[in-house]
Amino acid sequence: MSDRSIIIATHDAGPSAAASTAPGAAKPPIRPRRRAWPTFNWRGLVAVVMFFLAWQLAVTFKAPGFHEIPGPITVVQTLVSDFLFTRSYWESWLISFKRVLLGFLFAQLLGVPLGLVLGSSRRFNRIVFPVFEMMRPIPPLAWVPLSILFWPTNEASIIFITFIGAFFIITINVYDGVRSIKQEHLWLAHSLGASQLTIFRRIVIPAVIPSIAVGMTLGIAVTWNVVIAAEMIASDSGLGRLTWEGYVSSTPPVVFVGMVSIGIAGALSTLLVDVIERRMMPWKRKR
Amino acid sequence: MGDTTGEFVGTGLYKSYAGAGADTPAAPVLADCSFHFEAGKLNVVMGTSGCGKSTLAYLLAGYQTPDRGTLLIDGEPVTGAGSDRLLVFQETALWPWMTVEENVLFGPVSRGQSRQSARPKANALLDRFGLADFKDKYPSQLSGGMMRRAELAQALVNNPKVMILDEPFRGLDVMTRELMQEYYLKLFEDTRLSTVFITAELEEALFLADRIYIMSDAPSRIVKIIDVDLPRPREISCTATRRYAELEQEALTALYEGRELEAL
Repeated sequence: MSDRSIIIATHDAGPSAAASTAPGAAKPPIRPRRRAWPTFNWRGLVAVVMFFLAWQLAVTFKAPGFHEIPGPITVVQTLVSDFLFTRSYWESWLISFKRVLLGFLFAQLLGVPLGLVLGSSRRFNRIVFPVFEMMRPIPPLAWVPLSILFWPTNEASIIFITFIGAFFIITINVYDGVRSIKQEHLWLAHSLGASQLTIFRRIVIPAVIPSIAVGMTLGIAVTWNVVIAAEMIASDSGLGRLTWEGYVSSTPPVVFVGMVSIGIAGALSTLLVDVIERRMMPWKRKR
Repeated sequence: MGDTTGEFVGTGLYKSYAGAGADTPAAPVLADCSFHFEAGKLNVVMGTSGCGKSTLAYLLAGYQTPDRGTLLIDGEPVTGAGSDRLLVFQETALWPWMTVEENVLFGPVSRGQSRQSARPKANALLDRFGLADFKDKYPSQLSGGMMRRAELAQALVNNPKVMILDEPFRGLDVMTRELMQEYYLKLFEDTRLSTVFITAELEEALFLADRIYIMSDAPSRIVKIIDVDLPRPREISCTATRRYAELEQEALTALYEGRELEAL
């Protein structure tokens, strides 16, 4: 008996299934495309709320070390009332951004070609690499005094220090990228009759692009680190200076405004770099 | 394609690679390796892994030069790489940043042909290899078997005299591998394109070959030649014939000769 009911059931399913795809029949409802969106992370939200709550409580009840620290409410109030609508605040943003982008740009313009040549010319490598490796371990901030002595303006010295921060990282990544090009990729192009120029343009450059991207990601992060410190030490403008002045003038809420602003600025730059990287590597986007 | 060029003659080839340090001696890979790969034939070179099969492929393709010995193609010495001898590598060498069509067009365009004039032939090949719908995809979007077919198209568009395939189907799953073997067999039987096919798999060798050249362990040379006289066109059913079993036995004997114990 049960056998028969199964047979009937399958019979039933047949025509109706066919009807739904037959031309002229009512279109089957388009199935909503399933995307791999992460489900809403409510635990994460709770943790964030708890963080601010704990901070506020620590300040309100004067926990050890929190005597001079403003609570999140005070910080937001200060941000809105004293900064968000002032010209000088946004000028600080602009100045820091300009320094980061200029230093980063120069680091790309010099670092990428240098890395390419270091990786492809043995003789050039033998001469230049030791000098490069001698200077690479020197932290960017150790360059500050020298930079101030060397460059005619403060602005130039800050951009130079920012440049140093990204330059070595970018160069070493590109250099490594050239060295790890698959031999087969070069051989094949060679035996298909490609000229040295074609091989460089259509094989070497694209093969190195992922390494350039890694250099960019690391470089932009270091650039923000360096620019903030350099501004605190040697400048009278920018987000780093704004933060430092908050400390010097005993207005702790300003310190927090500066920290938050720097965080947002760094995140924005990373986002920008990510977009550029994706455009550089269309073959990685489509999977 | 189909003319009788693409003949390799190697005589007394030696090749060794420099050791890592100055005090480590060079490791000999090929020693007194001689062969005559006839044109219009499917020559299969067989040997265990690490015996220097790839080195032989690099010499044939002109990517490396032998330390000693002579290597001729159609009577002319091999002096470097060229589009008359194309090597399909063990692992895919498709350029990941180019679409399938760009990969195939690279050869003709590099030698000065315009994209427009090269496209019909490239597309015809892609069509023949069942890749017409995939020509605008990137290699990473293809399956393993598709990549191998794209590489064949990438090579064949240049009208090579001889194809050198270095364990081309290694790493494919069994089904795909068998399909690709039948695929290449059909291609060969249609065109009689001179081929040097390198493999470590006896079944693959017997199924495809006109002649099998068995290599010794490194430093290696050709130690045995087996004429595979199974009739063409071949079907997979030929592996069930008595002649196949005899040839298999002959090959196995040659492969295991003199390495009963030390190989284990």
